[in-house]
Amino acid sequence: MAGRRPIIEIRNVDKYFGEFQALNDVSLTIHAGERVVICGPSGSGKSTLLRCINRLEEPSAGRLTVDGIELTGAKDTLRRVRTEVGMVFQQFNLFPHLTVLENLTLGPMRVRRISRSEATERARKYLDRVHIPEQAEKYPSELSGGQQQRVAIARSLCMEPRIMLFDEPTSALDPEMINEVLDVMVELAGSGMTMVCVTHEMGFARKVADTMVFMDEGEIVESSPPDAFFSRPSSKRCRQFLDRILEH
Amino acid sequence: MPELVKTRAIPVVLYLIVMYLLVRVSLTGAEAMGYNWQWYRIPDYLFRLTDDGFQWGEISLGLVTTLTLSLQAFLIALAAGLIVALLRLSDLVVGSALAVAFLEFVRNMPLLVLLYLFYYVLGPIFGLDRYAASVLCLGIYHAALVSEIFRAGIQAVSTGQWEAARSIGLSTGQAYRFVVLPQSIKFMLPPMAGEAVHIVKSSAIVSVIAVVELTTTGRNIIADTYLSFEVWFTVAAVYLAITLTLSIFVTFLEKRYAVKS
Repeated sequence: MAGRRPIIEIRNVDKYFGEFQALNDVSLTIHAGERVVICGPSGSGKSTLLRCINRLEEPSAGRLTVDGIELTGAKDTLRRVRTEVGMVFQQFNLFPHLTVLENLTLGPMRVRRISRSEATERARKYLDRVHIPEQAEKYPSELSGGQQQRVAIARSLCMEPRIMLFDEPTSALDPEMINEVLDVMVELAGSGMTMVCVTHEMGFARKVADTMVFMDEGEIVESSPPDAFFSRPSSKRCRQFLDRILEH
Repeated sequence: MPELVKTRAIPVVLYLIVMYLLVRVSLTGAEAMGYNWQWYRIPDYLFRLTDDGFQWGEISLGLVTTLTLSLQAFLIALAAGLIVALLRLSDLVVGSALAVAFLEFVRNMPLLVLLYLFYYVLGPIFGLDRYAASVLCLGIYHAALVSEIFRAGIQAVSTGQWEAARSIGLSTGQAYRFVVLPQSIKFMLPPMAGEAVHIVKSSAIVSVIAVVELTTTGRNIIADTYLSFEVWFTVAAVYLAITLTLSIFVTFLEKRYAVKS
C-alpha cells in the first residue's frame, strides 16, 4: 500500500438525524496515497461518512482527524481542513452564474489568495488534466453532464488538496458519459492522490482501489483489499450485495 | 419587446378602463355641482417661464422631494433588510430571535403609528427633524418587507451551492458574496421592484407631519386656490408616471438577468 502515514482517522463516529442513526460506531483509518472505495445499499451511511470527513455533516459522537488536525467545531481548523480536502458531488454543484474558468479560480483566489493570473494558469492546467481545455469560457449550463462533472473535479483540484472525496460522482450521469469521468478519476488515482470514493462502479473499484469498504445500516461491515473483497467476502450481507450488483 | 407588451397589456387596458370611468364620473359630478374647471392654472405649478428664465413649479419640487425621500428610504431598507435577513438565517439564536422580533413588531404596526413614533417620540430624543424622521420611518418599515424578500431569495438557492462553496473553503461571508447572493438576485428582483413602487406610494403618508413632498404640496396648493379636482388629478398622474416608469424599468432588468442563467 502506498503510504504508511495515516491521513484520515475516523474513531467511533456516530451520526444521528433526529431518531435515525445514520452512522453507528464507525472507525476507519485511511493512509496517505490510499484509494478507498466505499459501497453499500442506499441509506447505508456511505455519503454521510464522506460528508463527515469534510464536515458538511457534524458527527454526533466520536473523533475525526484529517491530516493531523482534529475536526472540532472551530471555524479556522474547519476551513484549513476543507482546503486540504476536495469534494465532488453527485449533482456537480457548479456555480451556474460563473463561467467554467471563474468556477475554477474562485477558491484559489479567495481562499488561497493567489493572483488572478496565477489562478487562471492553474485553472487551465487542471482543465487540461480533465480533457476540456476548450470549455473555459462557457457557462456550466452549456456543458454536458460528463463535462460538468469533470469541471467539478477540476474545481476541487485547483485548491491542490491532499485528499479527494467523491460522492457517487457518476450516478447522475447518462451512461455514455460515465466513462469520461471515470477515466479522469483513474488518471487521478495514478497520480498518487488520496481518494475516498462512494460509488457502485465496480469495474473502476477493481482497477484503482487499495481498500474496499462495504457499509450497511450505518456500520462498516467489511473492509479489505479488492482481491479478497470480490472473491471471498467474509460477511453474508456483503456477498448478497455484490451478487445483486454484479450479476449483469 | 412583444412579451413586454403582452405582460403589460392586460393591466394597462384594465387601468385605462378604470381611469376612464373615474374621469367620466368626476366630470359629470363636477358638472352637476357646478365645478369651475381652471386647468390653465396647473402648468404654473409644474414649471414657469418668466423673465428670470426657467423655474420649476411647486409640484415638480414636491416630486423631487418624494423621489429623494423614497430613494433614501429604499437604500436604508435595502441595507437594514439585508442585515435582518442574514441575522434571521444565521445560526445565532439571539440574532434570529432579534430579527423575528423586529419583523413582527414592524409588520404588525400601522405605518401611520410608526411614523408618529418616529416623529413625536424618537424625534425629540435623537433630535430628528421631520424629514429625517420620515426617511428613517419609511426605511425601517420597508426594511421588514425587504428582509423577507432577501430571505426568500437566499433560500431559493439550492443547498448544494452552499456545500460546494464550503467544500472549496469559502467562509460563510464569501459564500454569500460570491456564490449565493449573485444567484438570488433573479429571484429578488421582481418583488424588490414591487417594494420600490410601494415605497414611493407609502411616502405620501409623511404629509401628515408636513414634510413638503408631492402630496403635501398638493394640499398646500389647494389651500391657496381651491383647485382640488385639478390638483389631485395632477398629483395622481405624477405618482402614476413614477410607478409605471419603475415597473417598466424592472421588466427590462428581469429580462437581462433571465438570459444569463
